[in-house]
Amino acid sequence: MKRWPFVILAMVVVCLIALPYLSSNYFVRLATFVCLFAALAQSWNFIGGYAGYPSLATAAFYGLGAYAGAICQNHGVPMVLAWVIASVVVAGFTAALGYAVLRLRGHYFAVGSIVSVELLRLSLSAWDSLTGGGGGLNVPIFPGGPQAVGQLFLYVMLGVALMTLAVTIAVDRSRLGFGLRCIRQNEDAANAIGINTTLYKIIAFVLSGTFCGTVGAIYASWTSYIDPTDSFNIVLTLKVPVMALLGGAGTVFGPAVGAATFVIMEEVIWSNFLEYNRAILGVVIVILIFFLPGGLLNIRLRRRAGPQEIAK
Amino acid sequence: METQILVNGLVLGALYACIAVGFSLVWGVLNIINMLHGSLIVLGGYIAFFAYAAFGLHPFLVIPIAGALVAALGYVLQRFAINRVVTQPVLTTLTLTFGLDMIMYNLMTVAWTATPRRITLDLGRVEVAGLLMPVDRLAAMLLAILLTGLLYTVLRSSRIGRAIVAVRMDRDAAALMGIRVPEIYAITFGIGAFMAGASGCLMAVVYPVTPNLTGLFIGKAFVVCVLGGLGSVPGALVGGLALGVIESFAGHWLGPQHALTVGFALMLVLLLVRPTGLMGVRGYE
Repeated sequence: MKRWPFVILAMVVVCLIALPYLSSNYFVRLATFVCLFAALAQSWNFIGGYAGYPSLATAAFYGLGAYAGAICQNHGVPMVLAWVIASVVVAGFTAALGYAVLRLRGHYFAVGSIVSVELLRLSLSAWDSLTGGGGGLNVPIFPGGPQAVGQLFLYVMLGVALMTLAVTIAVDRSRLGFGLRCIRQNEDAANAIGINTTLYKIIAFVLSGTFCGTVGAIYASWTSYIDPTDSFNIVLTLKVPVMALLGGAGTVFGPAVGAATFVIMEEVIWSNFLEYNRAILGVVIVILIFFLPGGLLNIRLRRRAGPQEIAK
Repeated sequence: METQILVNGLVLGALYACIAVGFSLVWGVLNIINMLHGSLIVLGGYIAFFAYAAFGLHPFLVIPIAGALVAALGYVLQRFAINRVVTQPVLTTLTLTFGLDMIMYNLMTVAWTATPRRITLDLGRVEVAGLLMPVDRLAAMLLAILLTGLLYTVLRSSRIGRAIVAVRMDRDAAALMGIRVPEIYAITFGIGAFMAGASGCLMAVVYPVTPNLTGLFIGKAFVVCVLGGLGSVPGALVGGLALGVIESFAGHWLGPQHALTVGFALMLVLLLVRPTGLMGVRGYE
């Protein structure tokens, strides 16, 4: 792996750390969203990019994490411990779901994963006593005023995004990453040459779900209010793969780059064309599919990754 | 009481079948999960609403017009956009149709606002053997079954229908037999859109017309397709009726808020144990 991506990454991290001291709360909030979606897109990349399984369950993990974290906090669990518990809950859920739906392929897997989002949304909305139903759930507001809270959550989200990136690099260089790439190219062949495809897919799925759960729990603490339609959002579940595709699915830095590009673009569109924001995002998706099928980073990375993969 | 619930479920189920049959056809033949389907249904509903508001036309009379207009839109979209990526993996095609759906949803919201519009046709109720049925729902159900039957006949006995079945069974062999596959894809998508537009007219009688219902419709189409088995017209009918009855009974026994949950849960279970659906048919034979 070349050195320049890490130099750029270090510069970006330094800028983000300095941001709260240099600019207004608006940009801090925007930067937090960039980190949030970067973490989600990097997590999706494990199953969707490396293993090539079109998972549309991101919102299920994210929403479940948000609810698990919020419920823990409302029962007096300290914030950070609540995030950890939420991640563990989501990891368990993902393992169980993955054991079931990863046997499906292609379209059936996509539909199975998208249905898990709806199923969780409906179940949690119906479970009034625990989740507050459709009315949503309040989470204790973190003390310290908007400025300090904004800064704290930017750093926390940045930390999670960097964690997903670090795990991606580890996976990319390991047997697991190689096995997942084999599964993407030809699952039957991968199975035949001795890769435990079921295990590898479940690991990728759990990695993908756990971080989404963490991000969801942190989001709940950050905004201090969650509701079922916002947490289990079908648009979110499709937006995250689009970000990863935009940057380049199955690459190390692609999803984060795509997420940053997408969030900033979305913000500009929101502020200028409020009424047509959804249509313009649709146009962006169409353009992406037709003219950038490999993503922003892929042409260069593919040339570089070629000999490297053979060497492995 | 139980019979009444069963009949209510069957009436609802026939409408679900009509919603899903076009979606199922496109999925089965083109191998595309068409996220646009919900918006196409709502577009059909709007055409019915405006025809009713402007000319006082009954929504059932508008079915051919609305169907043809939506079919033309579908044909153009498939011919010039979706055909370019139709052989790519599911994520690409699904994302593309979702992008197109976002555009359409947004345009409909801006043009006609999200305010629900309702067509009020009070045709009264009929009572048969102690069962009470609103006439408009009953008529919508009969039309839904009629349309589904019509589609079945077209696929079975027309030249185009045979070509569609051939493409579904084996694309390459069909191409070798002289069938122009891209053209058949566009026509199939057009037929799917026709069914969407037509069911939009039927739904306009039962539900208010608003872009916010697109998600509900597409969710129903998913469940019906998996329940009934992919790409088969009788399968969609069985799946639709099954879903209608299940929702109706689940709503009665567990409360209406759980009716949807039961449908989705059942679908997930069925997906795992029997991905070919209740009627595991291979083609449109």
